Amino acid sequence: MAKKKKWDYSPAPESKQPAAISRRYELFINGKWQQPTSGSYFSSINPATEEKLSEIAAANEADVNKAVQSARLAYEKYWKKITPAERGKYIFRIARIMQERARELAVTETMDGGKPIRESRDFDIPTAANHFFYYAGWADKLDFAFPNKKASALGVAGQITPWNFPLLMAAWKIAPALATGNTVVLKPAETTSLTTLKLAEIIQEADLPPGVVNIITGAGQTGALLTKHMDINKIAFTGSTEVGKIIQRTLAGSQKKLTLELGGKGANIIFEDAPIDQAVEGVINGIFFNQGHVCCAGSRLYVQESIAKIFIKKLKDRIGTLLVGDPLDKNTDIGAINSAQQLKTIQSYIKIGKAEGASFYESDCALPKKGYFCRPSLFTNVAQSNRIAQEEIFGPVLCILTFRTDDEVIEKANNSPYGLSAGVWTDKGSRIFNISKRIRAGVIWANSYNLFDPTSPFGGYKESGFGREGGLQGLQPYVQLS
Amino acid sequence: MSEQSRLEIWKTYKIYIGGQFPRTESGRSYAVKNAAGKTIANVCQSSRKDVRDAVSAARAAWGGWSNRSGFNRGQILYRIAEMLEGRKKQIKDELIAQGYTSAVATREINLSIDRLIYYAGWCDKYQSLFSSVNPVASAHYNFSVPEPMGVVGLLAPQKAPLLGVISLMAPCIAGGNTCLILANQEQPLAAVSFAEVLNSSDVPGGVVNILTGYQEELTDWICAHLDVNAVVCYEQGELDWQKMQEKGASHVKRMFRWPATQLYAQGGQSPYLIMDLQEIKTTWHPVQTIAGSGGAY
Repeated sequence: MAKKKKWDYSPAPESKQPAAISRRYELFINGKWQQPTSGSYFSSINPATEEKLSEIAAANEADVNKAVQSARLAYEKYWKKITPAERGKYIFRIARIMQERARELAVTETMDGGKPIRESRDFDIPTAANHFFYYAGWADKLDFAFPNKKASALGVAGQITPWNFPLLMAAWKIAPALATGNTVVLKPAETTSLTTLKLAEIIQEADLPPGVVNIITGAGQTGALLTKHMDINKIAFTGSTEVGKIIQRTLAGSQKKLTLELGGKGANIIFEDAPIDQAVEGVINGIFFNQGHVCCAGSRLYVQESIAKIFIKKLKDRIGTLLVGDPLDKNTDIGAINSAQQLKTIQSYIKIGKAEGASFYESDCALPKKGYFCRPSLFTNVAQSNRIAQEEIFGPVLCILTFRTDDEVIEKANNSPYGLSAGVWTDKGSRIFNISKRIRAGVIWANSYNLFDPTSPFGGYKESGFGREGGLQGLQPYVQLS
Repeated sequence: MSEQSRLEIWKTYKIYIGGQFPRTESGRSYAVKNAAGKTIANVCQSSRKDVRDAVSAARAAWGGWSNRSGFNRGQILYRIAEMLEGRKKQIKDELIAQGYTSAVATREINLSIDRLIYYAGWCDKYQSLFSSVNPVASAHYNFSVPEPMGVVGLLAPQKAPLLGVISLMAPCIAGGNTCLILANQEQPLAAVSFAEVLNSSDVPGGVVNILTGYQEELTDWICAHLDVNAVVCYEQGELDWQKMQEKGASHVKRMFRWPATQLYAQGGQSPYLIMDLQEIKTTWHPVQTIAGSGGAY
């Protein structure tokens, strides 16, 4: 092996001080902070240090009922009655305050979830604020969105968000729901509730009528209670396919409208005529962005056989330069794995991959002594039928497969129960249009990967879920048309 | 020989899979009766394996059909209407034999033909209406377009033996999907004769597959089939909608129940019904930023 150049960076830590995390958070119901009926609290841990950040109220059935009731009341009493333009102005306010408190939100997001501060500062928080800004403008323009139809609100929306992009997913859920005139009960994932609770503070600060947005915290059980509640008109869930199926089954026979944004196993396809160095960067970004905790991660790499050798070598070289460590350090590329449990899942998949006969390669970087960390890694010699090529690992582990012809890669890429995202890298425009049309996935990144924008609809085919979030098409899941 | 003394040739009503008319693999049949209770035909009582064969045929046909131009699909839907126009009398006689008055049967057929024409016209238009170019805040070209969902299971209602089939099928195939249809159980004759219309209308084999049989027996298999992307039925008491949705949830199937009251009304046809069976795909591509940004070109 060639001798590696070592790059040393001086530490550039972001201060923890702006986070201003309270010792304890209650439930945000009916515009007020309320103690949980259960009287119990759970801890939120910083995955990079294993230190306790705060304790958070666990909502039980009585709390869920209270939150839904308050959302219903707010819908009937306030939200249904104010003009769409006024509704929009409230949402604009939320966007503005989020921008003002951006630093606080970014540092909190990084401390609570383990993602690099560079990502929370430059991606999560601004994109979340922009999402509110985007949908605020839709509130009084819904008549233009659905030709020949009249759109009206559904009522109360129950929303459940995942731990990988906590504040951004809350924005994806709350912004379109409010813009279309619904009220909300939202439950964040239990390992990452803090920025959503800060969003509740912002909503309070924006002076929204009480009960229009309610935030209840807790584990999966709290979410299950929400999906079963009889007075909810709509469920929006982002999370695993396994839980998504349970929710779809729970809602069977009910009148509730449902959107599911579930797992994925994104195929990232590299043709031999692709700009190789750009493609290497795209693959790195596709799989290691947010420690690979991304439902649309480009976790299945298909490289055309003729360039496989050089491409894999360049990938290995690049992996060696990724900085793994303190998420608050501005130089960090890969932060902490979100929880001890997720680290265990990733490690078990690495074991499975090795047992299946694939070749494992990982960076030789040192890991911090405390906290949940995982080196960026890749598998070569992977077979299409291997579990590591079929199942979602949700960590910084890339599986590499090869192909010869366009037909072969179309078939392999589509050979998955998922259909959320894919990438295609080639210099040939006509090939991009052909391949991107034939890949059965909701988002295709051509010569790019992992891009998001409030105006751009996101969502899956097949077992990656249904319904879209973002853009014009993101309104439809929250309205009834007549 | 006079017409009175001539022995009539009875028609064998078979199912329609992959462009062919097999009997059910199960070898079973059930009797279709007229209003007076007399058997007028034996039809296939399709089985789980017929569902499987129909899904395989629909999947095999999907690649070609979904890739046809909207214009071409429109031509073919129009052709179906033309062929149906020519078969009016036969289907009318079958409807009358199953208890319909002449006036009601005529209305059923005319509405069916007009509905085909309606959707023929949509085949190359709904895409423009429901697509968007999205103004993302980075140097990327980004657009979203509807694409067909795949293979769709269609459960015909227990009324409107022809219009029910066509109201489900037309928006489904207009949007580039392929399908299997379970015909009206008690009154399946019009559906089978309609399969013969399809077979002579340039519709590639496998795009539409029509089974006859017991709704209660086959609904679960259709809803649980892993290679069926979506199921559509009408609101009707005979179907256990909750159980159907539970079956579908095992692999995140898209489940739709359209309002039966609108079947005969204007609301029974809509581009929004085409859109129920479409996925939205969003595509990104970078845009060069190195030239032309400063000058007054």
